[in-house]
Amino acid sequence: MDLAFTGEEDAFRAEARAWLTAHVPPEPLPSLETAEGFAAHRAWEAELAADRWSVVDWPAAYGGRDAGLVRWLLFEEEYWAAGAPGRVGQNGISLLAPTLFDHGTEEQRALVLPPMARGEVVWAQAWSEPEAGSDLASLRSKAVRTDGGWLLSGQKTWSSRAAFADRAFGLFRSDPDAPKPHQGLTYLMFDLRAPGVTVRPIARLDGKPAFAELFLDEVFVPDADVIGEPGQGWRIAMAATGNERGLTLRSPGRYLAAAHRLHALWRDRGSPDATRARVADALIGARAYQLFTYTAASRFLDGVSLGPESSLNKVFWSEYDIALTETALDLLGPEGELADTEWAERYVFALAGPIYAGTNEIQRDIIAERLLGLPKGRR
Amino acid sequence: MRLVLDDEQRAFTDSLEAMLSGADTPSVVREWSRGEHGSGRALWGRLASADVFALAAPEEYDGVGVRPVELALAFMALGRHVVPGPLVETVTAAALLPTPDLVKRLVSGETLATVAYDSPYALDGDAADLRLLLTPDGLHAATAHGPVRPSLDPARRLTTLTPGDLLTAEPPLAKALLLARLTTAAQALGVGLALLDRTVAYVRQRTQFGVAIGSFQTVKHQLADAKTALEFARPLVLAAAVTLDPADVAAAKVTACETAYATARTALQLHGAIGYTAEYDLSLWLTKARALRTAWGSPEECRDMVLSADGRRW
Repeated sequence: MDLAFTGEEDAFRAEARAWLTAHVPPEPLPSLETAEGFAAHRAWEAELAADRWSVVDWPAAYGGRDAGLVRWLLFEEEYWAAGAPGRVGQNGISLLAPTLFDHGTEEQRALVLPPMARGEVVWAQAWSEPEAGSDLASLRSKAVRTDGGWLLSGQKTWSSRAAFADRAFGLFRSDPDAPKPHQGLTYLMFDLRAPGVTVRPIARLDGKPAFAELFLDEVFVPDADVIGEPGQGWRIAMAATGNERGLTLRSPGRYLAAAHRLHALWRDRGSPDATRARVADALIGARAYQLFTYTAASRFLDGVSLGPESSLNKVFWSEYDIALTETALDLLGPEGELADTEWAERYVFALAGPIYAGTNEIQRDIIAERLLGLPKGRR
Repeated sequence: MRLVLDDEQRAFTDSLEAMLSGADTPSVVREWSRGEHGSGRALWGRLASADVFALAAPEEYDGVGVRPVELALAFMALGRHVVPGPLVETVTAAALLPTPDLVKRLVSGETLATVAYDSPYALDGDAADLRLLLTPDGLHAATAHGPVRPSLDPARRLTTLTPGDLLTAEPPLAKALLLARLTTAAQALGVGLALLDRTVAYVRQRTQFGVAIGSFQTVKHQLADAKTALEFARPLVLAAAVTLDPADVAAAKVTACETAYATARTALQLHGAIGYTAEYDLSLWLTKARALRTAWGSPEECRDMVLSADGRRW
């Protein structure tokens, strides 16, 4: 066991740090969840991509650096420590891209990935429906066969980033007669500006349109935009949700940087005793998450995938993030009520963590049944 | 960077686990709690033969060189099996003592040591052959011990010590405290992991309303939370052993001990009244989880060490 990095890894870290020092905007960009902020974040993605920093772990052919998992983790540590902007392309990069690497065709990768890496095409997800949340497999939006493709109809909701995004990916019921709910689903990509698509933004708690409802009325999707085999969508999507909960959605660097900022804030406010334990726990939690991820990365490099253990990860970071941002707001005192601060933005964002990417109740069921071997029961 | 056990470390853990699984440690603990030290000392000899104490001493003192990672693994196993006795204290003494002869006897398992530090009480002062006292002046040998005071953990027998000769004015305190905290953290993690395993086994077989209580979501979710906390404490303990950085060790200590204690509370609740009895073996782990929380550094002290660590970025 060791925690030392190789000379090449250290050099990579130094190169990333130097680039970020030279390029990270000195002032925070406007909120990602506004039209103006979305555009500014899109431009930042292009700047990252121009020097191949937007998707370092991807193959060079698609705009990456073939950096691998360990160097991706180091990049993320540097990225968030530098105070760099949130990633508007996150959904595509951490959910759709891994799916395309595993289940897409070479043509799909060549067409989809480079513009994703440059922020030219920003992706939204289309999983949940009004009557299909935690019970996602009961979804009813359908894909009906037509000449050369499929016609999508139905309603999707809680679609993050969809208010301003370009395209979306999600699951549709292509075989209504399949014997079980999770059979007969197909994974498709579609254009949010195609005829038949209506996007209705939804204001989250602070009023910003962070997600949207999607109404689909016979939206044509060519066969080329089906990922994997029709009818195999559930299996393919579950592989992606493993990514979402697991290694690639929330890197440790994000929380280490936030914990250090919280520590600095606590010191600025005179190191008050009332929040001493919570600030220490934020530092410790970030370190624990980093080390847990290092272990997962070590095992991954040995050929062991994360599997249901990704549920441990999701419960941990989502609850951690809320505790950290709540502590910051408490430290801010009267200013903690203001909505136009970075900490407030972080806090509102953190509140959604235990709900999206599979609620923490679903994750705890997975932990109990698949990691601890407890019997299935009524939900 | 590689934060997983290698084959040798896994083999070491497996052999220690196998030995302890066959040692009927609950009976040993109960005898030890009554002040009958025979079976405990016999087990101590087997631990020494397995090189547990050699992991805390340099080669010239008959050790295998100080091996914090293997020590942590050993103490996780000792915690899992609630082995009684001044285990952490013997390791700490090996790091503190200036005299090769004494250290050699700790390594061989012939001598049990206890150390009082920042507390009026030493653990198992009655059973220990070597009693040490750390004061601002340095490291003292104790001439006598007071009567045994009961601990919330009956297996931990606390006594006062009477200071005697000064052995050294400048013991390597910082290094010894790191090992004491690290091994306490690892022991607590082992206690927590065992509490989780035992509780999972219990809720799978205990039926109410015609079904296993482990099928109830409220039961599952409490155990899922315990599992999550333990799996995030584990890498803190292992990494603290790798770096021996004071902030890492403090983080591991507070997290492992608080997690073990929270797991004990969950274990007690999910066992119901049977878990509240001294007769049922679960009590051996429940009570130790509480005692380890404050041993060798309170949660507040450890958090302060994390907050005051400067000039380095995790």
